Amino acid sequence: MAIKDYIRQRYFPQMWCPGCGHGIILNSLLRAVDELGLDKNGIVMTSGIGCSARISGYVDFHSLHTLHGRALAFATGVKLSKPELKLLVPMGDGDALAIGGNHFIHAARRNIDITAIVMNNRIYGMTGGQYSPLSGPGKKATTAPYTTIDNEFDVVNLSIAAGASFVARSTAYHVLECIDILKKAIQHKGFSVVEILSQCPTHYGRKNKEGDAAQMLEFQKNTTAKLGSKALENDPTLIPRGIFVDIDAPEYCEEYDKIVHRAMKASQNGKPEEPLVNPLIQQSCVTQ
Amino acid sequence: MTDNINSNSVNDNNGINPNNINNGIKTNNIKFIQGNEACVEGALYAGIDFFAGYPITPSTEIAELLSKRLPEKGGKFIQMEDEIASMCAIIGASLTGHKVMTATSGPGFSLKQEALGYACMAEIPCVIVDVQRGGPSTGNPTHVSQGDINQARWGTHGDHAIIALTASNHQDVFEVTVDAFNLAETYRTPVILLFDEVVGHMREKLVIPEKGDLPIVHRLRTSVRKGVDYHPYLPREDGRLPMSDFGAEHRYNVTGLFHDMWGFPSNNPQVVRELLHHLVDKIENNVHTITRYKEHYLEGAEYILISYGSSARSAIHMAKNRRERGEKVGVLELQSIWPFPEAMVREKCANAKAVIVVEMNMGQVMKEVKACVDNPSKVFLANRIDNKLITPTNIKTLLRMIQGRGV
Ligand SMILES: Cc1ncc(C[n+]2csc(CCOP(=O)(O)OP(=O)(O)O)c2C)c(N)n1
Ligand code: SF4
Ligand SMILES: [Mg+2]
Repeated sequence: MAIKDYIRQRYFPQMWCPGCGHGIILNSLLRAVDELGLDKNGIVMTSGIGCSARISGYVDFHSLHTLHGRALAFATGVKLSKPELKLLVPMGDGDALAIGGNHFIHAARRNIDITAIVMNNRIYGMTGGQYSPLSGPGKKATTAPYTTIDNEFDVVNLSIAAGASFVARSTAYHVLECIDILKKAIQHKGFSVVEILSQCPTHYGRKNKEGDAAQMLEFQKNTTAKLGSKALENDPTLIPRGIFVDIDAPEYCEEYDKIVHRAMKASQNGKPEEPLVNPLIQQSCVTQ
Repeated sequence: MTDNINSNSVNDNNGINPNNINNGIKTNNIKFIQGNEACVEGALYAGIDFFAGYPITPSTEIAELLSKRLPEKGGKFIQMEDEIASMCAIIGASLTGHKVMTATSGPGFSLKQEALGYACMAEIPCVIVDVQRGGPSTGNPTHVSQGDINQARWGTHGDHAIIALTASNHQDVFEVTVDAFNLAETYRTPVILLFDEVVGHMREKLVIPEKGDLPIVHRLRTSVRKGVDYHPYLPREDGRLPMSDFGAEHRYNVTGLFHDMWGFPSNNPQVVRELLHHLVDKIENNVHTITRYKEHYLEGAEYILISYGSSARSAIHMAKNRRERGEKVGVLELQSIWPFPEAMVREKCANAKAVIVVEMNMGQVMKEVKACVDNPSKVFLANRIDNKLITPTNIKTLLRMIQGRGV
């Protein structure tokens, strides 16, 4: 299908600034879905609040535009209640890892089959350029006129530590690589995290003198290197790109199906009627 | 004088004739359980298939029991990382076409407010149980209070309407729980069940009605066929909005922003105004159908006690006692708190010499009663705010003062 067949043109023009990286990421994501030949009816895109989160309005999937930081919690409810659906959850860096940080690590810990995409522009774009937990120290933001002193998260390391079974990083610049990684992430059974470095020329670029969108894309190219590449070996300050983790691990919904199976069997096997005083409750009374 | 139950609820007098208990009702339908368990039984009867929660006293038993019972019927239970996430998860699960519930208390209810507002705005059917404990803050986890009445109404920001039901005994807990699911589906709204620690933890008899004894409202799904435009937020003539499950043929957008009939964000002033009116009117205009109450010894009562939840038990006890002595005291027991049944309360109290609101907070329902009766100066408050269940004697003391009889 053509990319425009995945888009709700009714809602155009879209709201992003000229040169924003988020549109490029949307394009990569739709190409990945197209190349995988997925049924649009089988996809739910859940997003939070931010410029990045607006992505869900423009796609012709089931779309759930939720609350700042909560996209993964909503997605967990959708997925567990109907596991046959594919869940795509694009998030901003603040959305995913400041207000949504707890939901993020817990979704990863459960290894629930959701594809989380962190559109990392290292800034709060939507609210006008405040620093985010991914800005890192020494950056300028509207809430850091004297530069930031906060350290940033490393999304890849954080995701691995939290239990995500697929973890990758790419950039808005590396479109083909990005499509390839997104395809693998979507196909992966379990919680997959793809961090995609994005550019916000309007706020981050301007405040931090990184130039226009083209220069910021150039910056993504020059400051990153493929995992296992010579460039990375020679210059460890470069940000590695590629797939860091891709493992088979028990997936949450499948594990819960086993619980359902066990519970149904136990209740059908003519277990004695529920005792008058539920043992669970008796126990909680004792321990309280 | 009999305890004249005159409820507006779908099924009067619990749907059960107490004399019939060993006569047609299976004994395994008779339980001696906690109120929290009665709530679980009601939810299962109503067809719950998804629960997300986070443990907190005094509501925890609801989660514990559903973690066992839901998978037995192929449903899903999940313990989320907090109450915010639990509230979000049930909204997600409701959108795939399931009947959903969460349960909490005190601080957890505060955390749910953000996503509760989302459910109001996006019109997602869901049930939120708040087994009230003492507050503010961590307050008193293991003791009773009814201090969340106003939080249920106004806890989430912005103009909106809400439905909140309550009950004073386990048979009613069961019934209002079934009702909550029904109202959530009918009006596409979150419905709050405001129980309290005493009702939640107290044990008493519950007779589970047979299947079919209580009506169950199933989700209204769109009849719009594949390929034809479906407008998820275009109300029918009767104000109802048929839904389409995520995963089904119609793909549409759901958002917490003001939105048009497609569900797409809009800041068009007319769209904003009309949506807000729709959200409020669909509930406020139906207050008469949503109103649930019971009358106890109310006929000809000169002194009316208005109460709800566990406080109503003491009020009923006291009224019975007074009636036996020939005093005309009766109880109007509220089972729906929001939307507040103003017209009904005004009418019932029209001829009363005095109205005493019996509750365990600093007058949250009393203020509503004062605002709607003809003569607010005849409305008094009998309350306790010290963790303890208000007693019949507490109420009697105030009544005697009002009667000018000294204490
Ligand atoms: C509870 C809550 N707090 C704050 C906000 C305001 N807010 C909206 S978007 C946003 C940050 C967006 O930054 P990010 O997630 O990085 O997305 P971007 O816009 O950069 O794509 C904030 C703080 C909100 N909507 N809700
Ligand atoms: S403010 Fe930044 S992130 Fe938001 S649309 Fe503009 S460029 Fe993109
Ligand atoms: Mg950002």
